[in-house]
Amino acid sequence: MSTAPRSLTDRPTLWPWLLLTPLALYLAIFFLVPLAQVAWMSVSEPTPGFGNYADALTGTLFRKVMLNTFFTAALVAFCCLLVGYPLAWLMTKTTPARATAILLLITMSFWTSFLVRTYAWMVLLGRNGPVAWAIEALGYGEPPQMLFTRFASTLAMVHILAPYMIMNIYSVMTKIDPALIRSAESMGARGGSLMRHVYLPLTAPGIANGAVLVFVICLGFYVTPVLLGSPREQMAAGLIGRQIEEFLAFGPGSAMAMILLAVTLVILAVYHRRFGLDRLYG
Amino acid sequence: MTSYLTLSGVNKQYGAFTALDHVDLDVEKGEFVTFLGPSGSGKTTTLMIIAGFEDATDGAVEVAGQSLAGLAPQDRNIGIVFQNYALFPHKTAAENVYFPLQMRSVKRAEGLARAEEMLTLVGLEGFGHRYPKELSGGQQQRVALARALVFEPDLLLLDEPLGALDKNLREQMQIEIKRIQRKLGVTTIFVTHDQSEAMSMSDRIVVFDKGNIQQAGRPLDIYHRPQTRFVADFIGETNLFDATVTDAAARRAQSPVLGEVSYAAEGLPALADGQEVALVLRPEQMKLSRDPVPGRMNAAMTVETIVNFGDSALVIGRHGGTPIRVRLHGADVVILKEGDAATVSWTEDAVYVVTR
Repeated sequence: MSTAPRSLTDRPTLWPWLLLTPLALYLAIFFLVPLAQVAWMSVSEPTPGFGNYADALTGTLFRKVMLNTFFTAALVAFCCLLVGYPLAWLMTKTTPARATAILLLITMSFWTSFLVRTYAWMVLLGRNGPVAWAIEALGYGEPPQMLFTRFASTLAMVHILAPYMIMNIYSVMTKIDPALIRSAESMGARGGSLMRHVYLPLTAPGIANGAVLVFVICLGFYVTPVLLGSPREQMAAGLIGRQIEEFLAFGPGSAMAMILLAVTLVILAVYHRRFGLDRLYG
Repeated sequence: MTSYLTLSGVNKQYGAFTALDHVDLDVEKGEFVTFLGPSGSGKTTTLMIIAGFEDATDGAVEVAGQSLAGLAPQDRNIGIVFQNYALFPHKTAAENVYFPLQMRSVKRAEGLARAEEMLTLVGLEGFGHRYPKELSGGQQQRVALARALVFEPDLLLLDEPLGALDKNLREQMQIEIKRIQRKLGVTTIFVTHDQSEAMSMSDRIVVFDKGNIQQAGRPLDIYHRPQTRFVADFIGETNLFDATVTDAAARRAQSPVLGEVSYAAEGLPALADGQEVALVLRPEQMKLSRDPVPGRMNAAMTVETIVNFGDSALVIGRHGGTPIRVRLHGADVVILKEGDAATVSWTEDAVYVVTR
């Protein structure tokens, strides 16, 4: 027969959902609805059915581009690791002031629009750019073609995505208990063995996180490979863009986009299941 | 006996701050020595200098006659158990224990066998395949101990290893560590700020304060014969009463609280007539009664607070402005209540003197 306490118990369960509505509405209107449209187009244009998917999956071009996309994403993730790991390590080793300065440089680059950064690379690597000029000035002769190559697009993507890798690794490195390192040293570990048996495994969660993040973002990269990369080595997003912009092939383009999305989700799901590294080491 | 671990004139400066002020210490082979002191007293700094993680500003550390100067921690052959165990989370218990052997190029099969042996010694038979997060705090502690001992180190250093454990487990681990240390006969330095831990485990206690060794001695000597006011105050519960020596030859002093007091003869510093001292009286060596007891020294006090522990009770009273603490057996306290006037009594051999 008690009625009074109802509002007291209801309110805390309702409020959080109420607070979520603006974001939920925004995502629904500007993300889910367009996504549903793309999904619909992929099975309705030009004729209803799964023909677009069949064509995309059996066609050699799409398969080649997808493989190239995966290869590029993996290469970029690997290069980000090569560049990012030593830098993150340096940040944990140096004075706090210098670490902050490095972090500031990284975030400044991170905050700059990636379009601006892509154009900056076009200028730097262009035929009359400073890099070509330096190669000639140093007497190495005719500078090689740098722009519109895999090298240029990879370099720029590594530059754009490295902050994700660095932040992930750095945050894991700073959380390593210094006693673990001292303990390893007291037991005789030094240099390479310390790195291989202790430091690297302890930072593995950061590497895995950073690599997956870079890999997944890179899968969907559009502007940078289109502007800087070789036309012969297209990436998936570029191919989809061309389908829609140049050939007005909305159906096939949408099907490719859905396949790319599905693959990305599968990778994230596998990562989530397989590498529960944070939990393992927590 | 000859000294196995020798610290001579070990000094540590951090800028103008003196963390260690020319510490001298001899530890015999197989001895269990505890560094006891409050935080910032220099005990952990000393440990880190022995381990090689800190460099002494001045002075020398020797093990078995060999100077450790210039030797990296990796080359010192010292086993260390850290405060939070510092087990590698990505390695199983057995792999953790195998690690120091791995660093000494012992083959995996042989090393894991020795690790399993050591785990058995510390009471963890069959736990080798578990990861640290699958072990309880006490079990992690045992793994850390096994890991620090498996490579037969010259020294075992324990840096407040029991701090994170609850009381029952801590007592159990005290006994375990002591048993294992005796069995292996490894020379051990144990750092703690817990004086009961120091009392129960050590062959010898070294009391640190403000970068100095205040006193080094067997636990009961430290307890009953403190050399400084700091030691008297830090070890156990203590009553310290200011007093003036009236007759050094007859061992008599005058205290505003206790009146005319005779004190014990044994192991005292040299005292002069008129010297300002503090009288040390342990709460459990005093008795409470309604009236003065003949044959004992007596002083009046008013009961203020009674804290019951079940097996015993702490009675805090006051004489003038000075608190007096008396520990009684649980059964003795029932006749008392707060606000009562009582007499505290003691015998002269319970009174010890430290200089001020």
